[in-house]
Amino acid sequence: MKIHEYQAKSLLKKYSVPVQDGVAINDMKYFNEAIDYLKSRGFENFVVKSQIHAGGRGKGKVYKKGGHHELVVEGGVKYMGANTEKARDYAEKLLGNILVTHQTGSQGKEVKTLFIAEGLDYSKEFYIGILLDRTVSKNVIMASVEGGMEIEKVAEESPEKIIKIWIDPATGLQSYQIRELAFGLGLEGKVYKNFITFMTNLYRAYEDMDATLLEINPLIVTDDERVIALDAKVTLDDNAMFRHKDYAELRDENEEDPLELEASKFNLNYIKLDGNVGCMVNGAGLAMGTMDLIKLAGGSPANFLDVGGTATPETVENGFRIILSDKHVKAILINIFGGIVRCDRVANGVIQAARNINVNVPIVVRLQGTNAEEAKKILDESGLNLISATTLEEVAAKVTEALTK
Amino acid sequence: MSILVNKKTKVVVQGITGSEGTFHATQMIEYGTNVVAGVTPGKGGTKFQDKIPVYNTVSSAVKETGADASAIFVPAAFAADAIMEAADAGIKVIVCITEGIPTKDMITAYEYVKNKNTTSHEVRFIGPNCPGIITPGECKIGIMPGFIHKKGRVGVISRSGTLTYEAVWQLSNLGIGQSTCLGIGGDPVIGTRFIDAVKLFNEDKDTDAIVMIGEIGGSAEEEAAYFIKSNVKKPVVGFIAGRTAPPGRRMGHAGAIISGGKGTADEKISVMKNCGIIIADSPADIGISVQKALLKTIAKKIKSGTGKNGSQKSKSALKKKSK
Repeated sequence: MKIHEYQAKSLLKKYSVPVQDGVAINDMKYFNEAIDYLKSRGFENFVVKSQIHAGGRGKGKVYKKGGHHELVVEGGVKYMGANTEKARDYAEKLLGNILVTHQTGSQGKEVKTLFIAEGLDYSKEFYIGILLDRTVSKNVIMASVEGGMEIEKVAEESPEKIIKIWIDPATGLQSYQIRELAFGLGLEGKVYKNFITFMTNLYRAYEDMDATLLEINPLIVTDDERVIALDAKVTLDDNAMFRHKDYAELRDENEEDPLELEASKFNLNYIKLDGNVGCMVNGAGLAMGTMDLIKLAGGSPANFLDVGGTATPETVENGFRIILSDKHVKAILINIFGGIVRCDRVANGVIQAARNINVNVPIVVRLQGTNAEEAKKILDESGLNLISATTLEEVAAKVTEALTK
Repeated sequence: MSILVNKKTKVVVQGITGSEGTFHATQMIEYGTNVVAGVTPGKGGTKFQDKIPVYNTVSSAVKETGADASAIFVPAAFAADAIMEAADAGIKVIVCITEGIPTKDMITAYEYVKNKNTTSHEVRFIGPNCPGIITPGECKIGIMPGFIHKKGRVGVISRSGTLTYEAVWQLSNLGIGQSTCLGIGGDPVIGTRFIDAVKLFNEDKDTDAIVMIGEIGGSAEEEAAYFIKSNVKKPVVGFIAGRTAPPGRRMGHAGAIISGGKGTADEKISVMKNCGIIIADSPADIGISVQKALLKTIAKKIKSGTGKNGSQKSKSALKKKSK
């Protein structure tokens, strides 16, 4: 689960990780309050930061909501200095409008929350990232002097600038490893000491929160030699939510596609894509394979949808409902490999679901595995507009046919 | 005639009294798997289906029954613990079916099992979030439908469940049997990777060809491909799911994600092709690609006069069924 910068920072604070301080607001009526609070903390300069689940905010462009590419302002994050009036104007331009960055796609994301933060003067910026290194099944800490740059870019252009240390799960992060990072980044004196404390707490936070990604980019060294997380990106492990019940409230449903959100309520694993053939499959691997097959058949997948192992009439019905909410769908392909679940039962479920919902696009149904023949017969005799197929080859041909009709 | 499991394998089912455990243990027994014990803490001393003894701990199950393989069906929150318990009890093949185990737990369990390996005691950990392993006609540890398999000489390795069944079904329908089929799982941290399974199949004299079914995310397919290029003479057929998957989205499996532009299907396919792996472009062509590869190898062997008994056998099997 992705969370916002302001949420990540408030979590990190609990682990005594120094972060850029600020207040999140979702309405301009709280703007003055936020500024007053920050002033009361002794801050004189301010930054206004859009909160969306995507990177590249600073270089993004803000467009008017519903206003056909009408540019409002450039940049989704800005340093405002002490000028609170200017900050207010800028904040007004962001809130409720659409921020487009290189990570959001052209449709962008609506800015529903702003983080009003302290402005900091700093001399150096670094990159710190903690994540799983899948090749060795261990967590890795990556550090680089190229703060503020995307790490993928640094890895490509100057990989020698990235310092990596791997953490032994049995013993955890050791002091010598943090020293290695600190010296590698060229730190000394008070900054060096502050960095050691920072990293110790940061790694503890990563482990304790069950994060799968923790990125501080940039980590800054202020003019008064403090080490502070200026930005923070955290992804939490969905599988570990059972031991972090309080994290449920961090989920921002505004960031999710409405159809995906709807599907998640039915326990359907659905991802919206922009094609014309909807598909419903049991199993993630076969679902991906089916999407690829649709493409080879001359169509384009409208979604990924894994209905899980059992494919009951209810899940199939909900699947239909979700798929058909996407108006680009011109045909639906159901591909179920019946192993432990019998195909004839799935066939009856499909028929029941298709009767309950008025499906007005062709449906190609392919049921393979236990009792596939009986299933085909049931589908063929249903009197519904169902096109049955048994092999994957046949499926591809029937999808092509359905699209060209 | 297989890797890792066969008719001699003695299986203990961890979580045998839970709903998943009960259902699949029953299916495994029906298939002919030698299930010798179950483990559910607190239910020790009872019997599963009136015949299989249930123990409180894996170590007592091992001591009493000599179990050497384990199937884990315990809930995600307790699964990593169950894996480590099995490894500590001396189980040699640990198969974890459970889905949704936190990554942090898996990192710990992975390391723990790895450190249990010594030159005299080898532990193989498969999964989690996988369909399991089957040596057709001999031993099924997992949740795959048994009937789709056929005894034979092709090794199958896959990150997926139903897509594997699809591939196996295509093979069986072409008359091509399998030596062992292994689902390695779709998580980012898994016990047995493609490269490990490829090594085992490569050393198995009763496996003539290998099928690798991969998907987007990570670089395990590439790692195996480089190994194959320099070490494997047997034909290898590959398929990668997710050519049409968008970047940055998790496609069902926790490990199936293109991140930072890495782990795309095209990248994997291109490396695999360069390493001499035959790629099936469509999931519909996996079976037929294996058939072609086998026929080609046989033709080559006949030409060079190096055909051995094993390959002759598979040749006749192919001839009969592939018409």
